[in-house]
Amino acid sequence: MLLRKCGKSPAALAVVMLAVAATATGAGRASAATVLRIGMTAADIPRTLGQPDQGFEGNRFTGLTMYDALTMWDLSSAEKPSVVIPGLATEWKVDDSDKTKWIFKLRRGVKFHDGSPFNADAVVWNVDKVLKQDAPQFDPSQVGVTASRMPTLLSARKIDDLTVELTTKEPDSFLPINLTNLFMASPAKWQKFYDAASGADAKAKSQAAWDAFARDASGTGPWKMAGFTPRERLELVKNDDYWDKARIPHVDKLVLLPMPEANARTAALLSGQVDWVEAPAPDALPEIKQRGFKLYSNEEPHVWPWQFSRLPGSPWNDIRVRKAANLCVDREGLKDGLLAGLMVPATGTFEPGHPWRGNPTFQIKYDKAAAQKLMQEAGYGPNKHLAVKVQTSASGSGQMLPLPMNEYLQQALAECYFDVQIDVIEWNTLFTNWRRGAKDPTANGANAINVTYAAMDPFFAMVRFLQSSMAPPVSNNWGYINDPKFDALVKKARQTFDPAARDAALAELHAASVDDADFLYVAHDVAPRAMSPKVKGFVQPKSWFVDFSPVSIAP
Amino acid sequence: MLLYVTRRIVYVIPIVICVALVCFLLVHITPGDPLVAVLPADASQELANQLRAAYGFDRPLPVQFGLWLWRAVNGDLGNSIATGRPVLAEVIRAVGNTVTLAIAAAAIGFSLGLLFGLIAGYFRDTWVDKLATGFAIAGVSVPHYWLGMVLVIIFSVELNWLPAVGAGPGGSGAWSWDWEHFRYLILPAITTSVIPMGIVTRTVRALTGDILSQDFVEALRAKGLRELDVFKHVIKNAAPTALAVMGLQLGYMLGGSILIETVFSWPGSGLLLNSAIFQRDLPLLQGTILVLALFFVILNLLVDIAQAAIDPRIKRG
Repeated sequence: MLLRKCGKSPAALAVVMLAVAATATGAGRASAATVLRIGMTAADIPRTLGQPDQGFEGNRFTGLTMYDALTMWDLSSAEKPSVVIPGLATEWKVDDSDKTKWIFKLRRGVKFHDGSPFNADAVVWNVDKVLKQDAPQFDPSQVGVTASRMPTLLSARKIDDLTVELTTKEPDSFLPINLTNLFMASPAKWQKFYDAASGADAKAKSQAAWDAFARDASGTGPWKMAGFTPRERLELVKNDDYWDKARIPHVDKLVLLPMPEANARTAALLSGQVDWVEAPAPDALPEIKQRGFKLYSNEEPHVWPWQFSRLPGSPWNDIRVRKAANLCVDREGLKDGLLAGLMVPATGTFEPGHPWRGNPTFQIKYDKAAAQKLMQEAGYGPNKHLAVKVQTSASGSGQMLPLPMNEYLQQALAECYFDVQIDVIEWNTLFTNWRRGAKDPTANGANAINVTYAAMDPFFAMVRFLQSSMAPPVSNNWGYINDPKFDALVKKARQTFDPAARDAALAELHAASVDDADFLYVAHDVAPRAMSPKVKGFVQPKSWFVDFSPVSIAP
Repeated sequence: MLLYVTRRIVYVIPIVICVALVCFLLVHITPGDPLVAVLPADASQELANQLRAAYGFDRPLPVQFGLWLWRAVNGDLGNSIATGRPVLAEVIRAVGNTVTLAIAAAAIGFSLGLLFGLIAGYFRDTWVDKLATGFAIAGVSVPHYWLGMVLVIIFSVELNWLPAVGAGPGGSGAWSWDWEHFRYLILPAITTSVIPMGIVTRTVRALTGDILSQDFVEALRAKGLRELDVFKHVIKNAAPTALAVMGLQLGYMLGGSILIETVFSWPGSGLLLNSAIFQRDLPLLQGTILVLALFFVILNLLVDIAQAAIDPRIKRG
């Protein structure tokens, strides 16, 4: 009928044809929604309620995607070190009269995914969720992964809608860096769940509200939660209203799939079931390349070390022994052989180019002759070997290939008159022993421990190992290093509030620790990932994190 | 019969309490910190103590066990430490997925096992027997996780016929029995079925051979029964033992396979256990083990009752 009418009027026919064409184009656009599917190494979706679990993989996938923090990491470059940049706070400064107080100016016009405004009240609410035990939203399950990453933060106070004051236990210039770990969840959305929750008491209601929030989360990040099946998949869609227009995602949907088994991840990629996998099976790398998939890797702020015991009687108290061990390892051989190129040789916690590297005088490299000479000066030789014992695990997060790598060190160090005994224990047990220290019976006589660490911020990269007050049970100074020089340098770095001067103080601390050969520095992980050739625009920064926003996918 | 069933159910109660105690103790006596999932090693001691108290791990073990058992009896297995989600809901979802996989695998494994076993037993010592026995030996000998990987390489990576991992295009939550979802089940079900197929084949072959050599079979033949009717008697006599073996195998499959479910990222109880072990998530681990152990207990109970129903001699004993 309509077509018959149109047939009589060419103009009407044209209008109808245009409408059909527009509908067809619209339909085409709808069906052409771009989806990026990623196979994660995690066995479960990291927690989605704001403070993810599962370490930095959690922050990578369910933290930085759906949420923002007051400060953020610059993830835009593969070459430059990743540094802290403004996030939901545009500027910050410490109070000149009281260095335990910081003023943070908040970004104007930011909204949570549920439409409620981000403001100073939201910041105070999010600090209280992990620090104020009598706050309704206080959640013990989020405390561990958060409070430990901002160890000096005490409280937050609203000054005005866009200004907030944060207070620390002691003057601490690291606070802006630590705050990258505190993600801002929507108080309004949580309150809605709390009001609707049933429970015997406020605590039960709060737990129910967080459980509901985790299934229907709301942050300010570039991705919004669209679907969640626990342990199976998380679907995120792009946030078109994201405050940073340059970081509005290029793909419409991001699907995150837990695949803990490396071969399963690799098969999923090769069969086209996913577009991107984290940590593909090392044995499959040549095949992945041969089939036209792309491999990415870059130096991560991660260190694979031996941490030495400095208790009385430890053989590592002799600096010549510590330096000899560092000079006796052919790291390039380890890289090219055992690890198929997937490591960066470590010459410290930070490599040249990093603002906290400094200028150590002790150059860590492979020099067997110099190592042997140092050992002979220390009283050892071909007929008098030094027995040392290292505790390690057979596997574990960030441990790379702990047993084969330790066996490689065992053989390498044997050439410099070390007799290395390896004590292999289960990963979680090793992790627990790490905080108990070298004095504890669980050390089982070991005078070195092999636990890898993330070096994203100064506290985790250096302070917890070098400051004497960080000895067990307080933190991870496993070997009981007690050197006034380090204590003074830590204090200086913590109390230097100009960012450039603070970085210089941290560089001084790092250089001193390398000169003191406080670790056997071996490798940095490189976070390998493989992708379909359809994936474009990916940049792998020198970080544990990546930015999914610029990634696009070809049809 | 009623008395027999009642007696068997009463026997189950002490078994369940022992199972609960063993699974509680097993996960608590292993070294390591139960809060490792939510407490990084770099956390302060003060924070560790605060969380230990918040989760109740500072209480004596008997108190922890008593509270856990009381809540479990009331249908509350607690909340996962790592995710904060209720353990019961996690376990029910995972067990549901494992049951789906187990039923599919049982359908394949038991039907092939019965077929091969009967044929091999009936044609004992012929090439048919050797062929069927060969299948059975291969089924129980081949490592199933290896077979799973090989099937994935052939049918997913090379031929691109079937998906390599997962439980449906939208996950198991959107599962339906159509081809789009069923194709996700094929490879894990075949992989899971090979061991029960082999075991059932061997059991049924041995039973069939034994029964065929008994006097009453000769008597039946002498009475002029057709071979098909004789064979029905053989099947009926073999059924109680075959049923017991299949029940046990079904129990194993319902328990989930950590290896197979991990290889195929199948979100069942095996993958859940794997995750709970690596995250040292004690409430989840305890809850999953308890539910799986109860599965075995209940399944054994049902098999006992079914055997008694089929063979009246059992309930008299």
